Amino acid sequence: MENLTTQMAGVPLNHYIYLCAIIFTIGVIGVLTRRNAIVIFMSVELMLNAVNLLLTAFSVHSNDPSGQVFVFFIMALAAAEVAVGLAIIVMVYRNTKSIDINILNRLKW
Amino acid sequence: MSTQVFYFVATLSIIFSLMVIFAKNPIHSVLYLILTFFTFTVHYVLLNAQFLAVVNFIVYMGAIMVLFLFVLMLLNLNNETEPSKSPLIKIVGVIAGCCLVVTLVGSFKAATITSPLILKNPGLGLVENLGKELFGPFLLPFELSSLLLLAAMVGAVLLSKRDEVEI
Repeated sequence: MENLTTQMAGVPLNHYIYLCAIIFTIGVIGVLTRRNAIVIFMSVELMLNAVNLLLTAFSVHSNDPSGQVFVFFIMALAAAEVAVGLAIIVMVYRNTKSIDINILNRLKW
Repeated sequence: MSTQVFYFVATLSIIFSLMVIFAKNPIHSVLYLILTFFTFTVHYVLLNAQFLAVVNFIVYMGAIMVLFLFVLMLLNLNNETEPSKSPLIKIVGVIAGCCLVVTLVGSFKAATITSPLILKNPGLGLVENLGKELFGPFLLPFELSSLLLLAAMVGAVLLSKRDEVEI
């Protein structure tokens, strides 16, 4: 473990930035192209995780533990968000018998 | 040589997250999402953030993904019930995403940070160090997050409880 992480020193920081940008964009594409509410939710989780990884990489880069503490808080927030969001989706399904988000466009009026 | 481990795991996480988006069956999406989170755990281990690796493993792969899978199976969703957008919307969405990634990568190329990631303090991400940080300067946010979790729990129970009086 110890010498694996010391050998990891060669990865430049901007490769982490590119990786996280790509995964964040995949999450955005998922939100844009899917209609299933649960899959949209999972895409949001993907975006949150990309941000978490980038925060950790910057925390290691600048030798500051605050970044990893922020990641811990984001994880707690994601857990709360998933619980409430899935409860809302279950309630929507119970009322409309579907989780197609296009049904919810009546919320506009 | 072992920086190639990073590139290998990064490729895997991009492939698996693409599969999350493009899998037709939502159950398969959840399973690919679990694999994606596993590759993220490997990333955390490579960054020597061991506390976050364990928390990611337990909270995300254990708790949150089981919740997703449970709801999917409770609602009995599969290929037949899967709503799909028109191909035009899908193409427009993919093009918009490609524009976003080109913009992001271009702007980060302008602000070059090519310095390699060096772990200056090997104990940075260990439980001891993060615990001192969490219970020292971050004590108030830590307690407030417990309040947030309590509020989320009460909200989830209230939302999903069937209201028998009004129906």
